[in-house]
Amino acid sequence: MLGRTANGLFWMFRYLERAENTARLLDAGLRMALTRDLVTAEEEWRSVIATAGQREGYEAKHASYTGMQAWNYVLREKENPASILSMFGQVRQNARLVRNAISGELWEAINENWLEMKDQLSRPVPENRVLDTVATIRRAGTLAHGAMAGSMLRDEGYHFAGAGTFIERADSIARILDIKYYLLLPSLSYVGSSLDTGQWDQVLRSVSGDRAYRWLNAGQIDAKGICEFLILDDGFPRSLAFCHSALRANLAALARLHGSEGESNALMRAADTRMADLNIDTVFDQGLHEFLIDFTRSNAAIGRAIAQDYRFLA
Amino acid sequence: MTGNAEYFDEMHEADGGIRSPYTGYHEWFDGQDNALLRRKHSEAETNFRKTGITFNVYGEDEAEERLIPFDMVPRVIGAGEWRKLTRGIEQRVSALNAFMHDLYHRQEIIRAGRIPERLFRDNAAWLPHMVGFTPPGGVYTHIVGIDLVRTGADEFFVLEDNARTPSGVSYMLENRETMMAMFPELFMRMPIESVSDYPRRLAKSLAACAPDCTEGKPVVAVLTPGIYNSAYFEHAFLADQMGAELVEGSDLRVVDGRVAMRTTSGYKAVDVIYRRVDDDFLDPLSFNEDSVLGVPGMMDVYRSGGITIANAPGTGVCDDKAIYSFMPEIVEFYTGEKPLLPNVETHRCADEESLKYTLDNLQDLVVKEVHGSGGYGMLIGPTASRKEIEEFRRKLVARPENYIAQPTLSLSTCPIFTKKGLAPRHVDLRPFVLVSPDKVDITPGGLTRVAMKKGSLVVNSSQGGGTKDTWVLKD
Repeated sequence: MLGRTANGLFWMFRYLERAENTARLLDAGLRMALTRDLVTAEEEWRSVIATAGQREGYEAKHASYTGMQAWNYVLREKENPASILSMFGQVRQNARLVRNAISGELWEAINENWLEMKDQLSRPVPENRVLDTVATIRRAGTLAHGAMAGSMLRDEGYHFAGAGTFIERADSIARILDIKYYLLLPSLSYVGSSLDTGQWDQVLRSVSGDRAYRWLNAGQIDAKGICEFLILDDGFPRSLAFCHSALRANLAALARLHGSEGESNALMRAADTRMADLNIDTVFDQGLHEFLIDFTRSNAAIGRAIAQDYRFLA
Repeated sequence: MTGNAEYFDEMHEADGGIRSPYTGYHEWFDGQDNALLRRKHSEAETNFRKTGITFNVYGEDEAEERLIPFDMVPRVIGAGEWRKLTRGIEQRVSALNAFMHDLYHRQEIIRAGRIPERLFRDNAAWLPHMVGFTPPGGVYTHIVGIDLVRTGADEFFVLEDNARTPSGVSYMLENRETMMAMFPELFMRMPIESVSDYPRRLAKSLAACAPDCTEGKPVVAVLTPGIYNSAYFEHAFLADQMGAELVEGSDLRVVDGRVAMRTTSGYKAVDVIYRRVDDDFLDPLSFNEDSVLGVPGMMDVYRSGGITIANAPGTGVCDDKAIYSFMPEIVEFYTGEKPLLPNVETHRCADEESLKYTLDNLQDLVVKEVHGSGGYGMLIGPTASRKEIEEFRRKLVARPENYIAQPTLSLSTCPIFTKKGLAPRHVDLRPFVLVSPDKVDITPGGLTRVAMKKGSLVVNSSQGGGTKDTWVLKD
């Protein structure tokens, strides 16, 4: 496979994952806004924009936080390079670039959804359409992943796509956790108040983990439990541990297909060692923020090493 | 609906009868519900959008990708008609290939005084780099598109030869896929030749032209200018269908005397490049030094036998309309036979007499630039305004050798589906021809282009033309 094609697959799936994660954030924000009074709702939207990492751009454009402004900014603002529309445009652009490395089913899943999304986002999205729009975006991701699982050859391309997916997902979860920790919980003494339960519930919803968490914890909700779940539970597909294992499998498969290991495998092994003895108490002893910073750095370094090892660029 | 005496209607006879290739289709069509057909028609467009069969339009931000209009009434060619056409095409393409070889070697045809030397000397597509060099397998024109027009029951003419980088074959294939999905019952009841193995035939034909240094199975790659090129979809499509890599100039470099592509496990030699870039963009060292699309040093590798380039550089000479005007002489010179497929009568404005005739009859003629393509830079006398004619007259007088003139042809029509039922529109036909060292292979079918506007004779997609599925019937 061409290095450029591998790069295209990697980024196609990173952008897809990023668009999906942003849609999940919006979904959680919408739900919060529906259950709060107007003043708190404003705070919620501020928090959604901050979590999506779009605060600077948003505040350059808008002086206040309202739901309508916020979701339209995240969904379709032309000047926002991280809008869902723009990211999905990147997904499709990369899919065109690697058209002969993906199955027809996957291409059609991406292309059809892009056409529908472009149409739905061609004008501002009103209150009574926003949930539908978010649902369309999530369906697009589901369809693409389904097409990939059901029709893609398990060759190196599949593993580059997987690597892109899990590096992006891990990065997004770590960022959500980090931002929530600082923004919403300046001190652990607030734990247990009804506001914070709501905030933590939103964190879970942002990664579609609310249901799974409830099942595992019989409705008990606290910061430590959530951190443990989102960091260490390798049964939950949106935990750091799960992303880590999945990425390890992708990298191992790539090394096997190429008959040799590279820098990315070495970095992965080092990260393995760090993850192996981890429990939630050691995370908190180390400091959650410090842990997340380390994790994010290591995750990004693996991404860069993959690009090097497999000649993504000339 | 009945035929029109002015034009040859391929479906309807003048007295209202149905011509034999179309009887099966017509019978089926008569039994169809019009509302259902209209729905199918709009479904077809949705299908093209979904599969992404689009072409890019330069300089239009919002509508970056467009669909070529598709008409769901097939263009049908009888088995006997097709046999005659293929014999003519085979003869012409063989002659073109021999002509290329001669032009870059001894130039016997010029020594014999059959064509003037200035023809290629003035031709920008003629490449001095190719002189004295024979490409692997002796093949110059690996893929050719011959544009045919029809004016009567037994009257086909060649309008253009496309030997540079003919495009449109993905439409031949996708139009067929769409028709099969829409009307499976037609394919069950009518004996229609399949076109779907074209990519396999192309892969085989290209592999047969691999250079001697090839080790094992030839590595074939499609070279595209990139995602913004108007035909990018086709490049990706063909690479995918052939199981070949789709490369850009930036993926390639010369390594150890071979052209190699950057793969995830290092540089890997390419044996055959099916290039969809013009000669100018192949190698910045030999041609356009500003090009970022090409591969520095590729021509040196080529000349030392390290790679096959399809089509060979310098074959654009065949697309020149001044050369075209000599095709009857060229066919006869190399095959020793009279051409089976005639040219359209062509006046070379470089000749004084022809120029005078052309200037006197501009309102009746079609005047074309010799190097032009895609329907640009031409004058269609009968539909041009007085002002356009006068402007063209000035251009002609200034550079007569840059133009040829042809009579306005009564192009045949084939019905298209409209809201009001079937309506005749003018069509042409581009069959796709593959050349390998031991054979000329013509896929039974081709791209039928159709002028969607009533009365229009311009079928080019860049000017609002559409396409149809083309059916060649089995005996």
